[in-house]
Amino acid sequence: MNTDKVDGIIKKYGKEQSAIMSILQDIQSEYNYLPREALEQVSKKMSIPLSKIYGIATFYKVFSLTPRGRHLIKVCLGTACHVRGAPQILEEIERKIGIRAGETTGDLKFTLERVNCLGACALGPLVMINNDYYGQMTSAKVDKILKAYD
Amino acid sequence: MIKKLKNRTDLENLKESILKKKDKKKHCIIVSSGTCGQTSGSEKVIEKFKDEIKKQDMGKQVELKVTGCHGFCEVEPVALIQPEGIFYQKLKAEDVPEIISETIVKGKVIEKLLYSDTETGKKIPYEKDIPFYKKQSRIIFGNNVLIDPTSIDDYIGIGGYEALGKVLFKMKPEEVIEEVKKSGLRGRGGGGFPTGKKWGFCRQAEGDVRYVICNADEGDPGAYMDRSLLEGNPHSVLEGMIIGAYAIGSSEGYVYIRAEYPLALKNLEKAISQAEGYGLLGKNILGSDFNFRVKITRGGGAFVCGESTALMASIEGRVGEPRAKYVHTIESGLRDKPTNLNNVETWANVPMIISRGAGWYAKIGTQKSKGTKIFSLVGKIKNTGLVEVPMGMTLREIIYDIGGGIPGGKKFKAVQTGGPSGGCIPEELIDLPVDFERLAEAGSMMGSGGMIIMDEDNCMVDVAKYFVDFLREESCGKCVPCREGLENMYNILAGITEGRGKEEDIGLLKELSEVLSEGALCALGTTAANPVMSTLRYFPEEYESHIRDKKCPAGVCKELVLYSIIEEKCNGCGLCRKKCPAKAISGEPKKVHVINQAECIKCRQCFEVCRFGAVKIE
Repeated sequence: MNTDKVDGIIKKYGKEQSAIMSILQDIQSEYNYLPREALEQVSKKMSIPLSKIYGIATFYKVFSLTPRGRHLIKVCLGTACHVRGAPQILEEIERKIGIRAGETTGDLKFTLERVNCLGACALGPLVMINNDYYGQMTSAKVDKILKAYD
Repeated sequence: MIKKLKNRTDLENLKESILKKKDKKKHCIIVSSGTCGQTSGSEKVIEKFKDEIKKQDMGKQVELKVTGCHGFCEVEPVALIQPEGIFYQKLKAEDVPEIISETIVKGKVIEKLLYSDTETGKKIPYEKDIPFYKKQSRIIFGNNVLIDPTSIDDYIGIGGYEALGKVLFKMKPEEVIEEVKKSGLRGRGGGGFPTGKKWGFCRQAEGDVRYVICNADEGDPGAYMDRSLLEGNPHSVLEGMIIGAYAIGSSEGYVYIRAEYPLALKNLEKAISQAEGYGLLGKNILGSDFNFRVKITRGGGAFVCGESTALMASIEGRVGEPRAKYVHTIESGLRDKPTNLNNVETWANVPMIISRGAGWYAKIGTQKSKGTKIFSLVGKIKNTGLVEVPMGMTLREIIYDIGGGIPGGKKFKAVQTGGPSGGCIPEELIDLPVDFERLAEAGSMMGSGGMIIMDEDNCMVDVAKYFVDFLREESCGKCVPCREGLENMYNILAGITEGRGKEEDIGLLKELSEVLSEGALCALGTTAANPVMSTLRYFPEEYESHIRDKKCPAGVCKELVLYSIIEEKCNGCGLCRKKCPAKAISGEPKKVHVINQAECIKCRQCFEVCRFGAVKIE
């Protein structure tokens, strides 16, 4: 692990405790998850106990302590998507890639997440894969859409 | 080179020079490109416009303006052609050359790109005649159409930061507070607390340092007006905050923004740096002795952080757990200093109140709820979108006149307002005027303004379960009533929807609801039972059929429905058999197919793919 990168991020935001969210967010975008070594380094440099940092990393949903897949699937389960049948879409994706929401496939291809509202309710039910949006989803469309990613 | 504005005259001169530069003879093509626009493909349309303007050599005759959301999400991407006001909808890149060559060059309206009335099917050429817009009063949201959110000059051109100039040089802080009090503005984040009163308390609170915060952690599922304001008009929010900070006596502010809103974050960051460049933020704003700066904190995807004390803990770099509010945050909030927190939409109301006057503002709305409110009209509704209406408009007007009613000839069942803290309002209350008081009387609340429309195919027990599940996941776990109460409520509701419901469950649900509303630490918990209570109040028969008859009348709850094939309608095409992931459907080609109930996982795919309506759910 390149410790300079983590140092650089800490330097950018400063060592005040209030910077911790931004620091962890930047570390996550750098590594796609929060590696233990990085958190240890943050703990040491910022003089915040590692347990506190883990508390924050596990409380907030944006953080992941395990490596995530190459493709991030977000299934919107906001109310508008829910009433238009989002749960069936999520179930179908779970069946197709063989993991539950919140998990990553063994080959690190997909990570599946449920999100509470992507705010594009006109297109519901909505699925987002990486930066691509798929609106007006049906479970019948799932297979074809997933095949476009490898 | 950006020059700092040293006084009010500089601002006035800048506005004048911006307006002078504007070529009024030019056509303006306005394309909305907020998150929903981009999701629907606005970026490709914009690229094509740029290419085509160059290609047809129209740079001198036409200006392209990319703005935030105009609110009519259903028909995105849209283009508004000014000065005529022609409204083109559901655009594709290939429509663009024709718009330039026909509409801009020859002045012809292109019929096929027009919006058709949902009732009559008649084509409507002009935006002002479209029913979705006609009944709205877009005093806040309407500015999204006028400005490129990444250009501070656009905002200044429409009178932006004039209100700030007015308060800094013509009004004492106390007078600003008095004006906001007189306007009757109440918090748009859900609570509805009078904004001016809050500012007054905070100003009077003891302490040398005070903070102002903008709550942009818009977490209610189905509500996205704050995002659209930040994306489409970030300076209006900033100007509101600066005015508020001046009134309260604060020199440091924070915007706590939801992690899922990358475009809003980008536009806000840009707006802050532009405002700093002009000296509208920072030291000696507009040459006065008032200093104020704004920092951004990105949220971490925790719903509870929309609660003020949890939000402040999160800004401090701690776990976002709320605390008991014996001591209010206006006395001891962020870093134990007096802190005034308002939501995005509240801040965006402020500049207008100052420039147009409290008297003007107080004329809009009802006796106790003044001004307009932006609602997100979503779910089973024809015209999905963001609508801004005066307080007091009835649900019927919003849902039918603006929203166009329910699609697919289905019957309206309920509207859910107020997010997970709100409730479901049934059809018999459709003439309810929408304001803070009336929604609360009906067992729901204003909340941040989500309106989720449900039709006959939605199960109200399932909806109650959905919200309890949502809150159970989002509960921070600090207090027992919320942590354990919601878990138990969820288990009971799951039991009811899975056919294990017992008569006594209803009593138990009511009891747990009371415990939550009496005993939970923060508003997330005390209001958590509202979706359950309101559905019990208005739809008791749905609970009864789940519990007594083990049936889900809407056909939603998987364990209580059976899928079967209607013999007369099935022509044996075999599509359902091929699609069925459980291999539960059998049948020979061109013969009636059968679903094996023991294998069926009720995934709904056969129902969706059948073109003959031969799959029955009951």
